[in-house]
Amino acid sequence: MLLFIPVVVFAVLVLVLWLGLSLNPQELPSVLIDKPMPAFAMSTIEGEEVSNIDLPEQIFLLNVWGSYCLPCLVEHPTLMRLSEEGEIPVVGINYKDQDDLAQDWLQTNGNPFAFSIYDMQGRLGIDLGVYGAPETYLVDADGVIRYRHVAVLDEEVWINDFVPAIAELKAVSEQ
Amino acid sequence: MRVVGVCYLLFLLPVDSIIAQVDTFEFDTPSQQQRFRNLSNELRCPQCQNANLTGSTGGIAEDLRREVHRMIMEGMTDGEIRQFMFERYGDFIFYRPRLRAETVLLWFGPLIFLVIGSIVAYSILRRARRISVADSTLNSADQMRLQKILEQERS
Repeated sequence: MLLFIPVVVFAVLVLVLWLGLSLNPQELPSVLIDKPMPAFAMSTIEGEEVSNIDLPEQIFLLNVWGSYCLPCLVEHPTLMRLSEEGEIPVVGINYKDQDDLAQDWLQTNGNPFAFSIYDMQGRLGIDLGVYGAPETYLVDADGVIRYRHVAVLDEEVWINDFVPAIAELKAVSEQ
Repeated sequence: MRVVGVCYLLFLLPVDSIIAQVDTFEFDTPSQQQRFRNLSNELRCPQCQNANLTGSTGGIAEDLRREVHRMIMEGMTDGEIRQFMFERYGDFIFYRPRLRAETVLLWFGPLIFLVIGSIVAYSILRRARRISVADSTLNSADQMRLQKILEQERS
């Protein structure tokens, strides 16, 4: 009986390390889940003033992007589709970018955003716990952050992660 | 020898740039500067997995250093600055995570392994001792045989 103890310990260790390998170290748990969106009073990349009251009064996506960011270009078609098909409004945070470059980028690639908050210094980014573009937050109608996705939001991520999260939010709000 | 010298220089390079990064901020007092150094050393860059704010050239590390500097100049305490970081980046930001329900295993996990290891070591030692004691005492049959051999030797 005692002979099996090392085998069991070894098996447990292998299991724990195996699970550890499958974790993505880039995916930090957000502290802001279920917390209200930080207060902001900034301008858009076009220079219009925006603050929390300008956010959509329904479930929306908050997408952190920049014209320098290649993965943003990868997820761009998905964001375009979502906003064009009216599936969900998308608000952008233009993170540590230059407004002229950002405007050019939207002109070239298309603009999926209701508006893009111009966060040149990354100040709003810090309040959100952002550490690099692209990141996407799911915010509910009350302006509470419900979900966060780091890295590219493609169709697969949309269907596997966001659609269920949104369905859950809607189910809770209907109760 | 020259190779060693070159390696040594390479080793010095990043250290040099770290100092340059720290020194771009201006402070009113040396103690503010010291606090800035301490905080930048103990806060972890969220983007770069394993570098503190001092050692990282990442964009976010630069921003966070600027924030730390701002908060020090605004008169916030180290505790308040740590809380600010925690509210935004969670435990990941600390190289020494706070003791909370979620981090208990992280803090005391090694202790648990030490206890398990001690128990195993103790039981192995005890068994080894028991075996050696058992070997050194003879049962009555062996005792009689020994007695016989000794008597034969004497006669």
